[in-house]
Amino acid sequence: MPPPNSDGPRKANADRPAEWLFAAPGMLLVGLLALPLLALVLRAAGRDFFSVALSESALSALRLSLVTSLTSVMISLLIGTPLGYAMARRRYPGRAALELLVDLPVVLPPSVAGLALLIAFGRQGLFGGFLATFGISLPFTTAAVIIAQTFVSAPLYVRSVRIAFAGVDSQLEEAARSEGASQWQVFTRVMLPLCRSAILSGAILAWTRALGEFGATILFAGNLEGVSQTMPLAIYLGFERNLDVAVALSIVLIAVSLVLLGVMRKLNRDHES
Amino acid sequence: MKAHLPAALSAALILSACGAGAPTTAPAAYPPGTVLTVFAAASLTGAFGDIGKSFESAHPGIKVQFSFAGSQALRTQIEQGAAADIFASANAAEMDTLVAGKLVVSESVKIFLTNQLVVVMPAKNPAGLATLADLAGPRLKVVLAAKEVPVGNYAAQSLGKLDASLGAGFRDRVLANVVSYENDVKQVVVKVQLGEADAGIVYASDAVAAPDLKKIEIPVDSNVLARYPLAPLTQSKNPELARSFVASVLSAEGQAILQRWGFSPIR
Repeated sequence: MPPPNSDGPRKANADRPAEWLFAAPGMLLVGLLALPLLALVLRAAGRDFFSVALSESALSALRLSLVTSLTSVMISLLIGTPLGYAMARRRYPGRAALELLVDLPVVLPPSVAGLALLIAFGRQGLFGGFLATFGISLPFTTAAVIIAQTFVSAPLYVRSVRIAFAGVDSQLEEAARSEGASQWQVFTRVMLPLCRSAILSGAILAWTRALGEFGATILFAGNLEGVSQTMPLAIYLGFERNLDVAVALSIVLIAVSLVLLGVMRKLNRDHES
Repeated sequence: MKAHLPAALSAALILSACGAGAPTTAPAAYPPGTVLTVFAAASLTGAFGDIGKSFESAHPGIKVQFSFAGSQALRTQIEQGAAADIFASANAAEMDTLVAGKLVVSESVKIFLTNQLVVVMPAKNPAGLATLADLAGPRLKVVLAAKEVPVGNYAAQSLGKLDASLGAGFRDRVLANVVSYENDVKQVVVKVQLGEADAGIVYASDAVAAPDLKKIEIPVDSNVLARYPLAPLTQSKNPELARSFVASVLSAEGQAILQRWGFSPIR
């Protein structure tokens, strides 16, 4: 795509109204997106933002959120990358169905995800008895938080890398193979470096999604400080106890998400240039 | 949130239809499609559903719409501008906050029932609990409501009182068994019903609404008497209708419905 030619020769004033045709409704949406965030910042300003944001329970929620979301991203990287590669390169029956299955959690309401996880992996769930034979009980644990986050965020990652792997010219792989490279070497030496930026941006996208996970977590993992009370849960409860707490936590979460999105943009730009 | 549009629409309908002083009792004064929005504590889900149906049949054309959640959540939503006509809370604190915020007139607040706490277990009682003292046993999964939720606050009070009869440290050992603090009492009930938790502390009325659960009574001297207040909101666009809903909850029929759902009527 050619870059937008902003310094190009300006047409006559006749085109100006047309510009407004797009700008005016666009501004409405920008307002809808920006004003709530602005309101949060204004509400926090002048109050005891730092003492709330740095309080013990807020830090505990932030710590738990970072640990669980990073763990779920690691899981996505470790088992999502091979899946994405296999989905991009192999011809297999039921391919469309598998792609649908992997994409589904992206559009599924998180409450449905939480309920499904509980019915499947709860103590009385479909596989609860099986897990219990190993002494494992998932609900109300930090592991349950990570599973819920992985359920909703891994599909974003897999989708990102699948598309990237599919975009690599298969002749490159064949060339490497003809020079004696093993399948593993082709994957690690050719595919991974070529798709590095899609892998990173997919991982960051999954990370931000995991960081914001709420509905599946509260249903499957419950709510206990230090165990399952992540930032979004602490915000929800803080909202009912003390609005200032909820506002302060929200701003911390927005700041973290902004940094992550900024890093992702930079990665994408580096890749394009 | 879903309540906004219908409530606003019905308000507009009322304003246009009966601008000149609505009559006090005649139900016919309300055009079809009038919606009365009731925000009620989660524990009232079953009972208020029945009261709503009976109110609707006594007031043709009127639709009673409920939002059930933890009282603290409903109070916050009302403070933030949710369009409700009536608030029924499981404790005095949330109602008092609305009175202080001039969203409720103090004189209009009526206590309409009392409730008590009970310990519930899944039907299979996987942990084999038989007495209150068993709640302090090792490796138990106990679910309570968060302390912001009225029933969670009551449960904490009751556990404190049980320290006296069951020995100091009982409360702390039970709290050490808590695996989750839920957002309303029905979430506690569901976690126990699903068998995910070994025990939970809920209202006696919840145990009636979920007869499949096993229960352990808490003695009166260690229990708490939860008194539920009810009031029309000053912002209601249908104040007459809101008052008559309050009256129907306090009526003999309304109190009988509440009793059927396991609450203690106030008369």
